[in-house]
Amino acid sequence: MKLIIKNGHVIDPANKIDEVIDILVEGEKIFKIARAIDAKAETVIEAAGKIVMPGIVDMHVHLREPGREDKETIFSGTKAAAKGGVTSVLAMPNTLPSLDSMGIIKTLKDIIKKTANVDVFICGAITVGRLGKELTNISVLKKEGIIAISDDGASVDNDELMLKALKEAKKEKLVVVCHSEDKSLSGQGVVNFGFTSTRLGLKGISKESEYKRVGRDIKLAEESGAAVHIAHVSCAESVEIIRKAKKNGIKVTAETAPHYFSLNEEDLLGYNTNMKINPPLRTKDDVLSIIEGLKDGTIDAIASDHAPHTESEKEIEFEYAEFGSIGLETELAVSITEIIGKSLLTWGGLVEKISLNPAKILGIDKGTLGSGKDADIIIVSPEKEWVVRKEYLVSKSKNSAFIGRKLRGIVEYTICKGNIVYKSN
Amino acid sequence: MTKKKTAKWVHKDLLGLEYLSKEDIELILDTAESFREILDRKIKKVPALRGKTVVNLFYEPSTRTRVSFEVAAKRLSADVINIAVESSSVKKGETLNDTGKNIEALKADIIVVRHNCSGAATMLARNVNISVINAGDGWHEHPTQALLDMFTLRGKLGKLEGLNVSIVGDIAHSRVARSNIWGLTKFGANITVCAPKILIPPGIEKMGVKITDNIDEALGNADAINVLRMQFERDDMKAFPSQLEYFKNFGITEERLKKAKKDIIIMHPGPINRGVEISSEVADGTNSVILEQVTNGIAVRMAVLFWVSQAKL
Ligand SMILES: [Zn+2]
Ligand SMILES: [Zn+2]
Repeated sequence: MKLIIKNGHVIDPANKIDEVIDILVEGEKIFKIARAIDAKAETVIEAAGKIVMPGIVDMHVHLREPGREDKETIFSGTKAAAKGGVTSVLAMPNTLPSLDSMGIIKTLKDIIKKTANVDVFICGAITVGRLGKELTNISVLKKEGIIAISDDGASVDNDELMLKALKEAKKEKLVVVCHSEDKSLSGQGVVNFGFTSTRLGLKGISKESEYKRVGRDIKLAEESGAAVHIAHVSCAESVEIIRKAKKNGIKVTAETAPHYFSLNEEDLLGYNTNMKINPPLRTKDDVLSIIEGLKDGTIDAIASDHAPHTESEKEIEFEYAEFGSIGLETELAVSITEIIGKSLLTWGGLVEKISLNPAKILGIDKGTLGSGKDADIIIVSPEKEWVVRKEYLVSKSKNSAFIGRKLRGIVEYTICKGNIVYKSN
Repeated sequence: MTKKKTAKWVHKDLLGLEYLSKEDIELILDTAESFREILDRKIKKVPALRGKTVVNLFYEPSTRTRVSFEVAAKRLSADVINIAVESSSVKKGETLNDTGKNIEALKADIIVVRHNCSGAATMLARNVNISVINAGDGWHEHPTQALLDMFTLRGKLGKLEGLNVSIVGDIAHSRVARSNIWGLTKFGANITVCAPKILIPPGIEKMGVKITDNIDEALGNADAINVLRMQFERDDMKAFPSQLEYFKNFGITEERLKKAKKDIIIMHPGPINRGVEISSEVADGTNSVILEQVTNGIAVRMAVLFWVSQAKL
């Protein structure tokens, strides 16, 4: 099977490509990138005026299977991914049961093989049941194919245990994804602590509960030499701590999610539970700091923290509602709207954050369009506008913080390992 | 109620005073004045809401607010249905939205909702087409309480502009405080909130209030003081000094009032804890308007019921 993408504006920062050029795909791989490729192919896609870039590598996705198939499945989640231009996802381990044993990972791999629409990589749990008490058998999980470990949703509170996990991860060459939250400080909070929590009459989550734990996780990274990745950075103080650590040569990377650079706590004033997320939407100043962190490289990656929840878990009283927003279908458009639209980064810069850097952090050969690489390619209409509507979402859950928002950028084609897995209509 | 004012009111719901303009509030207070007169008549009933149904949907036990709304609705000739829901079973039972939609399907016209969760009234109002009146949601707002406080103050002092009003007590967990602050600051009143530091919520100064933990300072030049009910049974009050200690430092006593303006107005949203936030002498004394507040509450709630029922849907 051959496929040619003609006349698209190709963005591939790994190979410093930012020009109108053709791509020839053969089977699962990219065969050639060159001007005016003249070859016979079964499929020819005319991409004049479109952006052609490596598929998104979303390193923070909750697919909920096994255990909560009512919220999302590997099938539905990866269908949403394909629609959003995401060709690789890292599946987080807070499933039921959690991804903490050889057996469950074997089961999951089987489901992925049978039902996934894009590439799914697995993040194993750090501790058994994600309870923070006892380490999982990390080397066994690694042999089963996990590429990272995390207790996402929780942080390993015990410093010694976390250090032990980091040392183990270093031995196994696994990145450790940290949900940096000190629950003894965030407590029963549901929105950012400050004027907004006062105004809404809701319990607050302090920034301290985040950045203090970011500080600890980085200190342990230094001590162990392990690759530590800070998930969903939401506040100015965390950005500053990570910036300093990087300056001091500590091996740490960081991600933020689209809602942290496009929304702020004041968007919550109507008690929209789809915007109830953890960490919470912060202040306008924090949003500026996140953007600064993206610009100066302190924050390496953009990931969705796609967190599906059913209507009965979301369309209820604010304090009872679950935390989280879905994000696979909107992350690119939000990024184009906020980052490209406001000239905060170049297209190359955005592709680094959303495709190339996450692949590098995870140590997978993705995020680039070099010849011989997996043909994970998306074709995007960068100027087309659309409004996020519940009925258009293909994710099993509809809890998007962006419902009603006008966004720029539509994915026209998603190609995963040479197969067209999504085509807009 | 003059007919020409009808066009001014555009709100389907009353969710909080944050969302009303000064003119909206004035309209309610003026209307309440007409209704207040009716309450002193021999026949205390007008036909304004005849044929309409008001549902009091209460997730928190609150006899006084529920009864006040019930009396107000009946004085307007509405039919009243009371639904009390055990808040402990909320998570298991029917959702608030489903309950709201059922009430709507029963062809009720107005839901008066009291809920332990902040934002509950807002959510309900978003999900039904009929009117929703917030009768207190969590720590968020209790708009009719603040309206009746403002009505009482205006009646006593002739205006709200420039008044010095102190609110004393658990500001952090008080919907009454928040609604009073939103409402009174719109009229240019000067608000001081007074409480032990741990009961002052973060950023409240952004609502345009002064903060003090010194009760004498709060009483100093106050024209009126709103004394909040203290709830020591709350879980997060365990770290708090004893009731006795609170009374010693913040309780409103005759002794303390000696340093205040002679004709200072003492308000309390009720029910009062005698000897906890206020002494019996003060609660029953000549400066207290606590019982007038109860009567005014009916007039204000009549005005609110009237105006939301006039909103064009
Ligand atoms: Zn997390
Ligand atoms: Zn997550």
